Amino acid sequence: MTVLLEVRGLKKHFPVRGGLLHRAEAQLKAVDGVSFKLEAGQTLGLVGESGCGKSTLGRALLRLHEPTSGEVYLNGVDIAGLDGAALLEQRRNMQMIFQDPFASLSPRRTIGQTLLEPLEVHDIGTPAERQAIVAELLDVVGLRTAVLNRYPHEFSGGQRQRIGIARALTLKPQFIVADEPVSALDVSVQSQVLNLIKDLQEERGIAFLFISHDLAVVQHLSDVVAVMYLGKIVEMASAADLYRNPRHPYTQALLSAIPVPDPQSGSNRVILGGDVPSPVNPPAGCPFHPRCPQATEACSRVAPTAVNTGTESAPHVVHCLLFSDSK
Amino acid sequence: MTALLEVKDLCVEFNTDRGRLRAVDNVSFSVSPGEILGLVGESGCGKTVTGLSILGLVPQPPGEVVNGQILFEGTDLLQLPPKAMQAKRGSDISMIFQEPMTALNPVFTVGAQMTEVLRLHKGLTRTQARNAAIEMLGTVGIPSPERRINDYPHEMSGGMRQRVMIAMALSCGPKLLIADEPTTALDVTTQAQVLEQIVKLQRQFEMAVILITHDLGVVAETCDRALVMYCGEVVESATVDDLFAAPAHPYTSGLMNSIPRLRDQALDRLPVIEGMVPDLLNMPGGCRFADRCQGVQSNCSQDRIALVDAPAAAPRSVRCLYPHMASAGGQS
Repeated sequence: MTVLLEVRGLKKHFPVRGGLLHRAEAQLKAVDGVSFKLEAGQTLGLVGESGCGKSTLGRALLRLHEPTSGEVYLNGVDIAGLDGAALLEQRRNMQMIFQDPFASLSPRRTIGQTLLEPLEVHDIGTPAERQAIVAELLDVVGLRTAVLNRYPHEFSGGQRQRIGIARALTLKPQFIVADEPVSALDVSVQSQVLNLIKDLQEERGIAFLFISHDLAVVQHLSDVVAVMYLGKIVEMASAADLYRNPRHPYTQALLSAIPVPDPQSGSNRVILGGDVPSPVNPPAGCPFHPRCPQATEACSRVAPTAVNTGTESAPHVVHCLLFSDSK
Repeated sequence: MTALLEVKDLCVEFNTDRGRLRAVDNVSFSVSPGEILGLVGESGCGKTVTGLSILGLVPQPPGEVVNGQILFEGTDLLQLPPKAMQAKRGSDISMIFQEPMTALNPVFTVGAQMTEVLRLHKGLTRTQARNAAIEMLGTVGIPSPERRINDYPHEMSGGMRQRVMIAMALSCGPKLLIADEPTTALDVTTQAQVLEQIVKLQRQFEMAVILITHDLGVVAETCDRALVMYCGEVVESATVDDLFAAPAHPYTSGLMNSIPRLRDQALDRLPVIEGMVPDLLNMPGGCRFADRCQGVQSNCSQDRIALVDAPAAAPRSVRCLYPHMASAGGQS
């Protein structure tokens, strides 16, 4: 397998401004040192609660946010250092599907205009060829070509999300960041869109970063799953391994918090106390220790480092002091 | 068992730019004291409007309750004069909403908003109301309530704001709490906290709860009984145990199958309900689920389907000509 994307020590900090002179008084560490690799055609599920930095990470990978520091290699090219024409060239390979199908399509453009624009920007094909590409894409996402002259408001949420997916596919990218693509949709429509994404993975070999707060949705689509908390990845493993054998106490709590649609299942739920701390002023040591049911005194002092509790070929990386002694 | 609340043949219509639509169509159900009833369905199915009509909060115009009765302890709430309804709202029946940030007033402290309810309905003095509010905030699990009572809503997290809403809704000891998607805007770990809190308080205060949600997982974990709604109609009503053991309406089973849930083995494809919800302005004549239903028969689209009691199981009714009836051999 070839590594398509490699992220090293990526950070994105936002200045928190205040006071009379509007100076940066503090840094909000939305993404605070994230590293991972993604192989071609694989899907990385990125899970976490609101404010954990998962969307910021997705956007920083595509340079929709300027990373504060760190490197992002796509096909061996460091995207974080590119600009101008070189960046535009790389953007063909990486696209995004947004969460809100209502806000992410321009209400004043027809679907045809929206879908043709990327082809025009990158100067691909003749006008007739562009029309053919768009028609084929609509077919792929299950819409009729008659929609080309219509406007976004004429469509339901599920249909708009299909249009958003078609737009992301126009340039035949190798890598797509899908940021909560189904969380604005009703359950019965959600599964239709998830199946569509699954087909695209298989038929087109696209690598996805699939961002979601819903562990069940992520399980359905991902090869590898990473769990994020306060700007850091706390656990990362193959999907099968992570769900069967969650190691980090936060992952365990997150899994147990999902309501199970079966009244007979006696839930042994880990209810976390308190709230997620502010990323402006994260706790010292392990960021999860104030809420962790298994925290020890050391957790408030020592920041955990990555520990591979799996094997070389099937890594299961945990950032938790509970596992660092055993190595 | 006498019902605390009885809704009979409720119909609510709305005037829209494109015409008049019926958001709630002949909905009937009852809630017993101390019961948690789930009202489940997807967006636009009429579950929220049903909840709002109980409190007389349907915006009129454009909305209008065109038919039906809502009997609360025998009194028809739809016939009450506005003043009398106002006295019930917030004291006997109260409601919590989906988005706690928009439901709370951003320019008043939590304390000011909580004491207003108590002074209005219970006639407490300023100090008494403040003490009662602090106690209530403590009950719903807000740490150091005597300090947090001076916070403005924006100073609190989403989970905390929803707790404040719950504290406010419960402060006058209602007999019925209507919770409209109370955890939808919250993260899973916070959702688990808030749901646990609602169930605990429901037992402590012995009140009835109508929990409106799109999440069958939430229903399975918290409710005693559930109504499944589709396109303004109740399509199935059963105890939660029966409903999940054997969903009788094809929509209920479709909805249950299509939830992405944690599985031991990831599925290759998720089961789906094909198609889309029909336009409320242009409802099909017969069964409203007919064109998405896998077991559709030729006579499904002819006449309106009635909600009938299932022959075997006692408190269960289904709006389907060919319901899946749990039998040893499975459905036909």
